[in-house]
Amino acid sequence: MPSLKDLKNRIASVKATQKITKAMKMVAAAKLRRAQEAAEAARPYSQRMGSVLANIAQAVGQDDAAPRLMTGTGKDDVHLLVVCTAERGLCGGFNSQIARLARDHTRKLLANGKTVKIICVGKKGFDILRRDFASLIIDRVDLREVKRIGFANADEIGRKVIGLFEKGEFDVCTLFYSEFKSVIAQIPTAQQLIPASADDVAVETDGAIYDYEPDAAAILGDLIPRNISVQIFRALLENVAGEMGAKMSAMDNATRNAGEMIDKLTLSYNRQRQAQITKELIEIISGAEAL
Amino acid sequence: MVMADFNFELVSPERLLLSESVSAVVIPATEGEMTVMANHAPTMTSLQPGVVTVKFADGKTDRYVVFGGFADILPTGCTLLAESAVHVDEVSRDDILKRVEVARGELEAALNDEHRASIERYIAQLGTVQGTILPA
Repeated sequence: MPSLKDLKNRIASVKATQKITKAMKMVAAAKLRRAQEAAEAARPYSQRMGSVLANIAQAVGQDDAAPRLMTGTGKDDVHLLVVCTAERGLCGGFNSQIARLARDHTRKLLANGKTVKIICVGKKGFDILRRDFASLIIDRVDLREVKRIGFANADEIGRKVIGLFEKGEFDVCTLFYSEFKSVIAQIPTAQQLIPASADDVAVETDGAIYDYEPDAAAILGDLIPRNISVQIFRALLENVAGEMGAKMSAMDNATRNAGEMIDKLTLSYNRQRQAQITKELIEIISGAEAL
Repeated sequence: MVMADFNFELVSPERLLLSESVSAVVIPATEGEMTVMANHAPTMTSLQPGVVTVKFADGKTDRYVVFGGFADILPTGCTLLAESAVHVDEVSRDDILKRVEVARGELEAALNDEHRASIERYIAQLGTVQGTILPA
């Protein structure tokens, strides 16, 4: 049975923890709002990009003029996985969900005799995947120092991926990230980047007939690499929003649990104090009676 | 003839910079500067670094610097998808020099002559931009 003093100490320490988790929740909520705003601000660009791309792809058609980034190498042997996770933990199952999806995907590919290469964006994914696939990780991108994710960060990753593709290092590239549905729901998602998956492109047929300057193929060749960076940028922004959402609900849970614990501890503290008072009273009364 | 207005949008990957009714826009297309007015034929063109001059419906003008991107022109509107865009007042010499520096770095790593040539063109264009908006 812990003494009164022990109980008092424990209550104090749980209270301190509760204060911290509450503060973290509030910080996450503020960051979430900013992340959502950033994601919203970036939406017009990626939407326009999508429709422009659809228009051009139609004009160029799937013939030889289409760049290899779109048609792929025609092989399916080497897969590159770009796994985007958060830099920090304490956000529930957010990172492990993405990592699990990537891990299952990797296992499946390896079982089919494919070669897998992994690029980790974010520290947490690297920490998790390193345990199983240390030899497959060819690169990692650290965004720890980045306060606010800009297009330049995504562009850097995009260039890296395209550089590898041009050197013939892989055939298929898949991007892993967490789609931000709501504060409590983030869905780990795998999206094929190279070759551009068909459902990305096959929309909007009512477009006007365009003049292209210089010409459609040249623009397309320029547009596709940029589109890859845009996709990565979108994934990073969704990830930040998702991370903050997950952190917020995780910290909310922690705060509530701490509250419950404090209630329980306070109850047993009061009971014990009561018991001690009663005991002392009994001692006094029985002492007086003996006289 | 009264000049018709059309809708002009300037978007960078990070945000929508401008969405406004304008009477004319001058954009730095790769094939040379072009002025877009209402009822332009549908055109898609890539951009080189340069100055975008926007003439608003009320007659005011404003200038932005874009660093590469695309223009999607329709009879009813024009959308600039800029890789990076800054208002002309916010451009500093250091910023441009930094971009030149980055491009020079890429030049070292260029894969083929075609790529190299395109980067060199980019650098030259940055020099022109600097000359126009930041007279020494």
